Amino acid sequence: MTDKQKDDALDIKIVQRVAKLSALAVKENELAIYAQDLGGIIHWVEQLNELDVSTVEPMVGAENAKLRMREDKVTDGNCREAVLSNAPERIADFYAVPKVVE
Amino acid sequence: MLTEMTIANAIEGLRQKEFSADELTRDHLKAINLLNNRLNAYITVTEKVALGQAKAADEKLASGDAPMLTGVPLAIKDLFCTKDIPTTAASRILENFIPPYESTVTANLLKDGAVFLGKTNLDEFAMGSGNLNSVFGAVENPWKRKGDDAFLVPGGSSGGSAAAVAARIALGATGTDTGGSIRQPAAYCGITGIKPTYGRCSRWGIIAFASSLDQAGPMAKTVEDCAILLQSMAGFDPKDSTSVDREVPEYRAACNRSLKGLRVGIPKEYCASGMSSEIEAIWQQGIDWLKEAGCEIVDISLPHTKYGLATYYIIAPAEASSNLARYDGVRYGHRVSGNSLDELYANTRGEGFGVEVKRRILMGTYVLSSGYYDAYYLRAQKVRKLIYQDFMNAYEKVDVLLTPTAPSAAFAKDEHQDDPVQMYLNDIFTVPASMAGVPGLALPAGLNKQGLPLGLQLLGRPFDEETLIAVGSAMEKAANFTYKPAIHSGVSL
Repeated sequence: MTDKQKDDALDIKIVQRVAKLSALAVKENELAIYAQDLGGIIHWVEQLNELDVSTVEPMVGAENAKLRMREDKVTDGNCREAVLSNAPERIADFYAVPKVVE
Repeated sequence: MLTEMTIANAIEGLRQKEFSADELTRDHLKAINLLNNRLNAYITVTEKVALGQAKAADEKLASGDAPMLTGVPLAIKDLFCTKDIPTTAASRILENFIPPYESTVTANLLKDGAVFLGKTNLDEFAMGSGNLNSVFGAVENPWKRKGDDAFLVPGGSSGGSAAAVAARIALGATGTDTGGSIRQPAAYCGITGIKPTYGRCSRWGIIAFASSLDQAGPMAKTVEDCAILLQSMAGFDPKDSTSVDREVPEYRAACNRSLKGLRVGIPKEYCASGMSSEIEAIWQQGIDWLKEAGCEIVDISLPHTKYGLATYYIIAPAEASSNLARYDGVRYGHRVSGNSLDELYANTRGEGFGVEVKRRILMGTYVLSSGYYDAYYLRAQKVRKLIYQDFMNAYEKVDVLLTPTAPSAAFAKDEHQDDPVQMYLNDIFTVPASMAGVPGLALPAGLNKQGLPLGLQLLGRPFDEETLIAVGSAMEKAANFTYKPAIHSGVSL
């Protein structure tokens, strides 16, 4: 690792926090690698700070394809088996997960 | 070998009874059997399905009532959900996923009679520029440097689709393009591809990466073939909330349009410092061809070009982190158990996603998290607007832009950079148009000294794919790119 990469690296604690927010199990030995990679990318994207964007409206999607509203009505259904067909674990017509309520 | 045909020729030949859809499909399956072990272009080959579809196609053709693509064998990027056929996104997390529904784009192709040969390899969740991030392994580019057998990458993320078309083991293919994933692999593999305007092809049933950027498009040997495929793929779909309700023009008819008086913009910012002289030369060649075709060449400026990549690598990961939240090990996909539900989620995702996908989820979560949102994500959305305005300003002066597609020819697998930022630079010329949502066409323009294809890119006004097709056809004629890769259906390995 060069000195510059070390300087850019994110704090391991931040990586752990972001991994938790992302619901991602990250192995102990990977934390430093992600800290370095993410730090490098974040440092690189900070070039956007050169621009004055104080008067610019944010662009949410491509401007030519605006979100449409649709009627609030049922258009499909009665396909329980299709919906459940890829469940890694099921009990009867339910997805099965570890117990969440004591 | 019928695998040498263009789609336009095949459509004609099938109707003239020169060969059957069954023969055309069997030739492709034979070639796939010979080449796919090496190229790894297909993740799944659907031989039985294809032969069934070919048989149905021959019956349709005999009845005289056959839609346009009847009997045309295609490869489908494994990011499109295909009913009852495994769809993986090249990820362990979807290794065993079998969609109970068909994506709109593939349903459109099936309705028009196409035959599906199988599902092609890609970078996991379409995140990559070399097809090196697939859980099913890398795809080999069928092109070789002169006198050198080095394993070159096909580009990405639609690397399997590009390699399949180049190697003549599919007449055409579907791809998706979020930041260049159709255009860059098309350039690396010496084929043609179109990223349509955002909203032109339905996203419904395509596994989502970055929803404000994802767009499906065709990849094929010629501009005309891409036009034929786009005709079928495009159209309004009420199931996609950003699908645009706008008539689909006769794209193929645009192939023969005159270019007299058309204004072609050359954006000076694309002349990146350190651009190879070969890329510069091919770009100049393209300019000369268009001058000869009667176009007016205009120097223009897209001042925010240099910020395109950084903007993309905030917005795309942010959207990905949100889209990929659905992979939880509960409803579908790979599952790793845990002592609690939270542990099950984390273990499943930790094991199910590859390194680049995890890196982007983490990056996306970081830029969206409280305290960083304004500084990164909101700022990137504003810069995106500036990039969009650059294009709109340019289109007041010119009808179309001409640029190189990628900063280099295909690179070797072992030359690939461990530094993610270096890898991201492959998309430097394709990303700005994705940010703006405008359409792009990539086509092969010539070979470099090492014998590898180099591509040029045309960028058009929103929903003006026709001008891209018109200009692309003229350039294709001038380029007369008849070279074939070292590995293709006509050679024995």
